[in-house]
Amino acid sequence: MKNKFVKLLSLPYLIWSAGFIIIPLIMVFYYGLTDKSGRLTFANVASITLPVHFKSLIIALLLSLISTVICLLLSYPLAMILASMNKGNNKLMILIFVLPMWMNFLLRTLAWQTLLENEGVINTILQLLHMPTLKIINTPYAIVFGMIYNFLPFMVLPIYNVLCKIDGNLLNAARDLGANEVQTFLKVTLPLSVPGIISGITMVFVPALTTFVISDLLGGSKILLIGNVIEQEFTLNSNWHLGSGLSIVLMLFIIISMIASAVFDKDGEGSAL
Amino acid sequence: MSNKLITLENISKSYDNHLVLDEMNLYIRENEFVTLLGPSGCGKTTTLRIIGGFETPDTGRVIFDGNDITKLPAYKRQLNTVFQKYALFTHMNIAENIAFGLKIKNKSKSYIDDKIKYALKLVNLEGYENRMPDSLSGGQQQRIAIARAIVNEPKVLLLDEPLGALDLKLRQDMQYELIRLKNELGITFIYVTHDQEEALTMSDTIVVMNQGYIQQIGTPEMIYNEPENAFVADFIGDSNIIDSIFIRDELVEILGAKFACVDKGFGENKHVDVVIRPEDIELVKPEEGTITGEVTHLIFKGVHYEMEVMANGFEWLVHSTKMFPVGEKVGIKVDPFNIQIMNKPESEDEEAVQIEE
Repeated sequence: MKNKFVKLLSLPYLIWSAGFIIIPLIMVFYYGLTDKSGRLTFANVASITLPVHFKSLIIALLLSLISTVICLLLSYPLAMILASMNKGNNKLMILIFVLPMWMNFLLRTLAWQTLLENEGVINTILQLLHMPTLKIINTPYAIVFGMIYNFLPFMVLPIYNVLCKIDGNLLNAARDLGANEVQTFLKVTLPLSVPGIISGITMVFVPALTTFVISDLLGGSKILLIGNVIEQEFTLNSNWHLGSGLSIVLMLFIIISMIASAVFDKDGEGSAL
Repeated sequence: MSNKLITLENISKSYDNHLVLDEMNLYIRENEFVTLLGPSGCGKTTTLRIIGGFETPDTGRVIFDGNDITKLPAYKRQLNTVFQKYALFTHMNIAENIAFGLKIKNKSKSYIDDKIKYALKLVNLEGYENRMPDSLSGGQQQRIAIARAIVNEPKVLLLDEPLGALDLKLRQDMQYELIRLKNELGITFIYVTHDQEEALTMSDTIVVMNQGYIQQIGTPEMIYNEPENAFVADFIGDSNIIDSIFIRDELVEILGAKFACVDKGFGENKHVDVVIRPEDIELVKPEEGTITGEVTHLIFKGVHYEMEVMANGFEWLVHSTKMFPVGEKVGIKVDPFNIQIMNKPESEDEEAVQIEE
C-alpha cells in the first residue's frame, strides 16, 4: 500500500521525463538519421567531416578545454581556502560566490558584452586613463572569458565538497609519516579530491562544449562553435535533419565525459548540486 | 631506570581563552609504556598532539632525546602516531598504506617489501597486502594503522585512544596485542585513554590528568592502591571516599569510629580524606565490626556481589564473594593496610592540584 503511494509520487517525474526528455531524444535520433524524404541515412551525422562543421567542433573542443583547465586552476586553490576556513566564515564566502548564479545566465553574459565591447566600460576607463584599449570582444578570448565566468562555480563547489569531506586526521597521518606539506598535498589531498575534480570538469566541459549563447554574444558571428552551427541549422536554415545529425555527434562527446566521471566518482562524492 | 627520552617543560596551552594545559611538567623514559589517563577535556590528547607536533604549546618546551623539538614540524619528528579513527588512506591498499612513510624516505623497493611483510606478520594480518582499508574490520584497520606506524622504526609510538572504537572483546584482545608488540619492538609507547581498566592493564607508568593538571604519576599499583587525592581515587576504580579526622599517627576517626591505619605524618586531629576500596571492606557479624550498618542494596556481578551498606550516615560500597541479603545487620572491618589517607584540598580550586615529581 505504502509502496504504491511512493510509486504514485514518481508519476509526475515519469510523465515529465517521457514528454520532455525521452520523446525529444527519439525525435533527435529520428531526424538525425533520416533525410527530408524520411529515408534512413548517415549523411547528417557524417557531415561533421565537412571542413566548416569539423572546424567548429575543433574550436568548440579547444575553447571548452582551455576554459575547463583555467577553471580548474582557479578553483582548486579557492576551494582549498574555502575548505580550510572555519564554518560560518566560509558560508558567507560561498554565498558571495554562488550569488551571480542566481542572476539570469543571458543577463550576465550580456553584461560582459557591455564591459568588453570596443567602446565598452573597460575600454572607456582605459581611455580615460590614457592606456591602450583592448580588443577582446568578438575574439576567442572573450568566449573563453565568458565560459570561465559562467561555469567557475560548477568547478569550485564539487571540489570544495570533497575537500571538506577529507578527514583532517589523514593529513596529520601523512605528516606524521614524514610527508611535508607538498608531499601531503600530492599524495593524499589531491588523490582524494579526484572525484570532485572529475565532477567539476564534467560540469564545466559539457555546457562549455555545447554553448551557443556565449559564443553568440561575446564572439559575434565571427567565431562559430559547434553549438552555433547546430542552432543555425534549426533556426536559420530550418534543416532539422542536419541539426539533429550534428547533435548526435556532440552527444557522443558528452556521453564520453559522463562515463569518465562515472568511472572516477563511483560513490557520487563529487556531486555537489 | 633508563634515561629520559621526552621531557615536557612548563607546557601551557589554551584554546579560545580556555586553559587546557597549565604549566605541565612530565618526563617519559626510554622503553616505557606510559598512559595519559583522564576524563575527556583533561588535556591528555592535547599533550599527545603537542608531542606529535600537531599542536604548538603557548609556553614551555618539548625536549626529545636532548634536543628542543618544540617548533619542529610533525614530519621531521622521530615518532609516529596511531590515530583514534585509524586514519588509513582510503585511496591506497594496505601495502601502499604501510609503505607510505618508507616511500617518502626513499627506501629501496626490496627494503619496503620486506618491511611490509614483517609488519603484517607482527600484527597477524599476513596476506592482506592488496586489500583496501574499507574491506577490513575496525580491529584489522587499527592493526594496519599500527603496522603503518612501526615500519618507520620510531623511537616513540603515540597512541590516541586507539581502541576506543572497538567492541569490548576486541578491545581486550588488542590490549594484550599491544603489550606483546611493545615488548617485541622495545620502543616507548605513549598511550592516551579515558579507560582506567585499559590503563591499569597495559601501562608501566600511568599519568592521571584532570583539568589540565597532572594529578598523579605512578605505576598502576601505586595509582590504584595509594591514590594521592580524591580525584584519582574516584577516577580509578570504585572507591569509598570518606571525610575523616586524622587523630594521630596510625589512628584515624572515620564517621565517629576509630580505625587503625598505617599512615603517618598527617598531623594531629587534621581533616583528611580516606579512601577504602570496596573489595578491601570485610563484612562480619555486627559485634565483630568496627562499625555496624545495614545492607541496603545487593547486586550479583559474577565474580563478586556488590552491596551497599548504610553505616553511620554513609553508604559504603562493598565488593565481596560472600553474600549478605538486603536488611541484614552487618559489621564493617578494614585492614589497617587498606586505609589510604589523603590530604584534603585546601580550596575548591586545588581539587585539581598539580603534583610535582
